[in-house]
Amino acid sequence: MFTTTVLPSDSQVSPVAKGMEMRDPSRVGANGMDTLTAGMTNNVVPWVDDMLAVRDARDEAAFIRVFGHFGPRVKAFLMRTGMDAALAEECAQEVLVTVWNKAHLYDATRASPSTWIFTIARNKKIDVLRKQRRPEPEDLPWGPEAEPEQAEVIGLQQESEQLGRALRDLPEKQRELIEKAYFGELSHSEIADQTGLPLGTIKSRIRLALERLRHSMK
Amino acid sequence: MTVKHHLTDDLLMAYSAGDLPEAVNLIVATHISLCDECRAALGSYDAVGGAVLDTCDTVEMSKASLNSVLDMIHAQDSVVQDKPASNTVHDDVLPAPLVDYVGGGLENVRWRSAGMGVKQAILPTSKDATARLLYIPAGTAIPDHGHHGLELTLVLKGAFQDEGGYFGRGDIEVASEDLNHTPVADISEDCICLAVTDAPLKFKGLVPRIAQPFLGI
Repeated sequence: MFTTTVLPSDSQVSPVAKGMEMRDPSRVGANGMDTLTAGMTNNVVPWVDDMLAVRDARDEAAFIRVFGHFGPRVKAFLMRTGMDAALAEECAQEVLVTVWNKAHLYDATRASPSTWIFTIARNKKIDVLRKQRRPEPEDLPWGPEAEPEQAEVIGLQQESEQLGRALRDLPEKQRELIEKAYFGELSHSEIADQTGLPLGTIKSRIRLALERLRHSMK
Repeated sequence: MTVKHHLTDDLLMAYSAGDLPEAVNLIVATHISLCDECRAALGSYDAVGGAVLDTCDTVEMSKASLNSVLDMIHAQDSVVQDKPASNTVHDDVLPAPLVDYVGGGLENVRWRSAGMGVKQAILPTSKDATARLLYIPAGTAIPDHGHHGLELTLVLKGAFQDEGGYFGRGDIEVASEDLNHTPVADISEDCICLAVTDAPLKFKGLVPRIAQPFLGI
């Protein structure tokens, strides 16, 4: 639906580009994934195709969709980690520019778009709020595979989607709890104080959702 | 290589959330460089972060936002995006994150004597926790080195033994001050470790978190 969108080359693009917040589930099954995901197309994380289009075809229309979805989320995330609105806006823009510039590093067999963009936003937070760089683990010695297995991509994305659903389905209080841990708003022990949930319970709830993902990533 | 002593879930989650001092991030990143199990677990915690990002509230971007982002990517697009690998040094003992902080391989470490044949080199990180490389001659016991609060010790070469077990390359010991331990380097070869201690006055949140698995509270 939007794959053929052509953008004006100047800066006249409406800030709220048409359909920016929309996505067309029918596109999800592209690239030969249809047969493998027959009947569950709608469940596959929709931003994978857009990220791959940004990475492989430098597709600006796809990037604008990614921007429309993730920009407001990254901004909200950065504000909750302690930035004021103006700084969060500036940093969110930089995060999205990084998404474009580092798209060649995006590996759909290793992370969903949400996960990958989360790590960029988190690193921006550390960079700006703590004025530190973040040591990253050494890359795996075998490097990225030339031809990633479609089934692997789909498997990981489905697990990610399940994790997202699991998170959304949690009772409000528990979901807030996990969010706060990631926003750095409360320490684990403070969370336990506030909610009455012992740390072990929090951890086992998170762990349950993680098990499947962990399995698929080994 | 089989790593037997791993990072705690608390440390992995806090590393994923970006909630740790630089020195602790460094030892976590170094352990993960040597441990596929913790690497996979970190992937899971990052995925939770992604799910949180995806399900959390949104805050509208400013009206000019998209245009300025597009301007930025147009301005940069002609620039070559692949920087040459900055980290070309490969070291058999020091994984890549440490090579970065040492500024080279093991031969570039600027050791200072700490007595009893033990040498140390403090790495440049933010002040809220301290990362040091320790060189312990084979068979030597590390005397009380006066740490308070958290101490993380990762073996890079050789091995040591203490009340917590036997630690070889890649193994990490997560100790609170309540764990009374006297590490002794294995007799077969000299031991090189990365040790991270926190500065208790500045650094509150993590200590109870780290202590928790040991105290069972």
